Amino acid sequence: MADIKREYALNALLALGLLLVPIWALYNGAPFTITLFTRIAILALAGIGLNIALGLGGMVSFGHAVYFGLGGYVAGILAQHAFNGAPILGLPGTNQMLIIWPVAMVLSGLLAAVIGAFSLRTSGIFFIMITLAFAQMVYYFAVSWPAYGGEDGLPIYVRNQFPGLNTMRPFELFIVCWGVLMLALGVFALIRASRFGAALMAIRQNPDRVASLGINPFGVKLAAFVISGMITGLAGALMADLSRFASPAAMAWTMSGELIVIIILGGTGRLFGPVAGAAFLVGFEVFFGGLTEHWKLWLGLVLLAAVLFNRGGIVALIAGRERLG
Amino acid sequence: MTAALLFEQFLNGLQFGLMLFLMSAGLTLVFGVMGLINLAHGSLFMIGAFFCAAAAGLTGNFWLGLAAGMAAAAAAGALIEMTVLRRLYSRDHLDQVLATYALILILSEGTKILFGPFPLYLDVPPLLTGTVNLGLTEYPLYRLALIGFGLLVAVGLWFLIARTRLGVRIRAGENDREMIAALGVNIRALYTVVFALGAGLAGMAGALVGAVQSVQVGMGEPVLILAFVVIVIGGIGSIRGAMVGALMVGIIDTMGRFLLPRIFATFMEVNQASGVGAALASMLIYLLMALVLVIKPKGLFPIHG
Amino acid sequence: MTLHKTLLAGASALALSTGAAMADPVTVGLITTLSGGGAGLGVDIRDGFQLALDMAGTDAIHLVVEDDGQRPEAAVQIADRMIQSEGAQILTGIVWSNLAMAVVPAVTAQDVIYISPNAGPSALAGAGCTPNYFNAAYQNDTMHEAAGEYANTLGYQNAFIMAPNYPAGVDALTGFKRFFQGELAGEVYTQLGQTDFAAEIAQIRASGADSIFIFEPGGMGISFMRQYAQSGVDLPIISAAFTFSQDVLPAVGDAALGVINTAEWSPDMDNEANTAFVAGFQEAYDRLPSVYAAQAFDTANLILSALNAADISDLDAFRAALRAADFDAVRGEFAFGNNQHPIQNYYAREVVSVDGVLTNRIVGTAFENHQDVYAADCGME
Repeated sequence: MADIKREYALNALLALGLLLVPIWALYNGAPFTITLFTRIAILALAGIGLNIALGLGGMVSFGHAVYFGLGGYVAGILAQHAFNGAPILGLPGTNQMLIIWPVAMVLSGLLAAVIGAFSLRTSGIFFIMITLAFAQMVYYFAVSWPAYGGEDGLPIYVRNQFPGLNTMRPFELFIVCWGVLMLALGVFALIRASRFGAALMAIRQNPDRVASLGINPFGVKLAAFVISGMITGLAGALMADLSRFASPAAMAWTMSGELIVIIILGGTGRLFGPVAGAAFLVGFEVFFGGLTEHWKLWLGLVLLAAVLFNRGGIVALIAGRERLG
Repeated sequence: MTAALLFEQFLNGLQFGLMLFLMSAGLTLVFGVMGLINLAHGSLFMIGAFFCAAAAGLTGNFWLGLAAGMAAAAAAGALIEMTVLRRLYSRDHLDQVLATYALILILSEGTKILFGPFPLYLDVPPLLTGTVNLGLTEYPLYRLALIGFGLLVAVGLWFLIARTRLGVRIRAGENDREMIAALGVNIRALYTVVFALGAGLAGMAGALVGAVQSVQVGMGEPVLILAFVVIVIGGIGSIRGAMVGALMVGIIDTMGRFLLPRIFATFMEVNQASGVGAALASMLIYLLMALVLVIKPKGLFPIHG
Repeated sequence: MTLHKTLLAGASALALSTGAAMADPVTVGLITTLSGGGAGLGVDIRDGFQLALDMAGTDAIHLVVEDDGQRPEAAVQIADRMIQSEGAQILTGIVWSNLAMAVVPAVTAQDVIYISPNAGPSALAGAGCTPNYFNAAYQNDTMHEAAGEYANTLGYQNAFIMAPNYPAGVDALTGFKRFFQGELAGEVYTQLGQTDFAAEIAQIRASGADSIFIFEPGGMGISFMRQYAQSGVDLPIISAAFTFSQDVLPAVGDAALGVINTAEWSPDMDNEANTAFVAGFQEAYDRLPSVYAAQAFDTANLILSALNAADISDLDAFRAALRAADFDAVRGEFAFGNNQHPIQNYYAREVVSVDGVLTNRIVGTAFENHQDVYAADCGME
């Protein structure tokens, strides 16, 4: 049984901890800690996107890295055109995050609409595999398309700008990402509490009954899938700015796997699940990656243990499991 | 372009498809009987190749290596089935994806610890080196043998499932699990046997292909994704579907890589055409899969309804 | 291998203290690929670098090694950590061009020196050159240019050329064509990570070529050579060193015998530094060094020579000391051009079997004092 109070406390702890540690780091001269927490915030954001499709809608997308990668390319390509002054499709490039983000979200949403329209005709394992196949298709295209670097990727020499802040400073970029993360958490909570969210969760449980109520399950799922892709695409744009680099590697199927890992480790469908999952994954990689070159073996063992013995992820470990399966 | 070249490319596609069938058969069988989606199937392919290379290196005999590779993959399959996967049959696909993803990490890193980071050497057996004259063209004997192997395994598998007691149980398991348990079949043992069989087939594919490929950590993942494309096209759980899907993917992929650049070269510069053609060729089988699923959302040969 | 303190503490003190006095060792971060399919190359780079430090018996360098898993975003993150929390002032180690493209611009902008022990993407050699980036290996195109030039020497008239469809592959074919004077019997791009080359071999068979140029690094090259050996096609192959380097030769096997491949170094080079290096490497690691190990060994000695001549806290002086390249390279003569990429000789090597072990020996010289074409676009003097 879920303990609501404990979950609130855990959520507050995660939200504040994510903010307070970088502030501490800022005053104690530990810039890498800030970079690390920025990474956590961005991966958590990507996870929130997937959590809408997977956690609320039960759509196991094994190709969400494609939106993550696309968002990165939008940031990289627009920045490059702003840098060298060449227009793109008749329009100038830009290095303003406030323009890049909507573009990344709209394009990711469009791609999700196309992929979703095909994929949602299937279900179960077919859905898992067809989303993977679409992502692979775009991945191979990005690797071999020479205009924007192909497999070499696209460097962003100067990070894109946010009004009033200097994003080259780790802490100021972090604040931007943290703010976006909090907004996205708000959006997730709103969706979950809305009629739309209720319909989405009901479809996951019993699509036929929902259809008999006059709601079109396909439309609801497609809408959720598009929103999901948009949020993950936004995260991709931020990640490209953090790494100052956009590349097809962000679209690789292993990245899709990582996003699923983040969700499940944290807690599927839980508000702060992706935050907990991202924090764990990044922390694990940094800590064990420094101890042994065989850290992936240990990561595998931890994941395995998590699936076998701790269903519901980190949030459930602390706040109990949700009643909805 | 000559008929000889087209014929040779067709044989290449056939051979590639049959190797994909060896990989896909186990994958689709495991899904059909146990309802399990196993991402670690590619790791079993890798284990087959590594143990074959190591045993062939020690004994100097490819056939002993092949046996060792199959045995190692089957044993590894049985082991992970009994320790991990059997707990996942009742879970949803999501948990299965995550657990078997974890197994990929463990098996890849474990293989690297055991065999080191450098690729291993494995050669074609002396009996099968060289080429044969097929009238239209010279063709490598080993590839011809692979075609033969693939067909032989396909027939054997058909016989196993259609004509033996184990096959009856497997088919029963696909249709109604409670029923065969009620009939007194030891379902746990059946599952382990089916999984080990699939793993052994993957190990066999790894060992056979390993002789003409790089035996290295991570070799299983690209072929795993292709195998998934195959079984999704064919209809998950259907051996016949896996055969049709594998041949389609093998032939279309080979022909696409060969023909697309030539088609583009008729109206583009050669070096541009080869780039664009190659890029499109690499996307071709995924397009095929999307197309099949749009027309038949459960694949070409759906097994349940 | 580094042992991190905790994530949150301890890092800042270290960052402030390094480089303060001559006696303190300079932290060098080595980011390379130690896990996954490409681990063999990274292991050789790490071992070659470490060997140079051991043989010099120096404590001027504090070496931090980290695995990038061949993932660009992981490499960027590790670079950030090494600079921001471990106070690394010099980075090196990256195997792959795409990872170098991710890391180098971000690192050099922070006034940290990056010295490449392997990758040399064109974007960093031409207009994108920068004072804080040095390449102690080669510019990517040059290896293939050498192959094109040596194909002329061998009298090839009609070559079939092939590479994977990604930037380094396109650069390879461009580089080869830049110097090859014969005709092309075919030009084919393969898929990155491709494992079956039957379709390409069939085209080679039908093409009427008199020779083949391939660039298929890593596992792709192993697969191609095995399948080619079984195909009954018997045309001479010329290539850059990557498919025929010591790390993969044992896996390619006898199929590689007789292949001509170009590189700036070979294990049989007869100079004092190289003799000591090859013997030392065999003693320490019980295998022959690859070209990657040799480049890492040279990189380490380059850094040591510069640290000897200048204090890294004076970055201008330190960069000048690096540019002087005053060390005994195992590849013989070594100098930096205006874009801080090597001007060096490129040799044609042949794969031979010595006491049952496959290795390379020099059979000719493709270029003397060759410089990459991108240097002209570099604004540095």
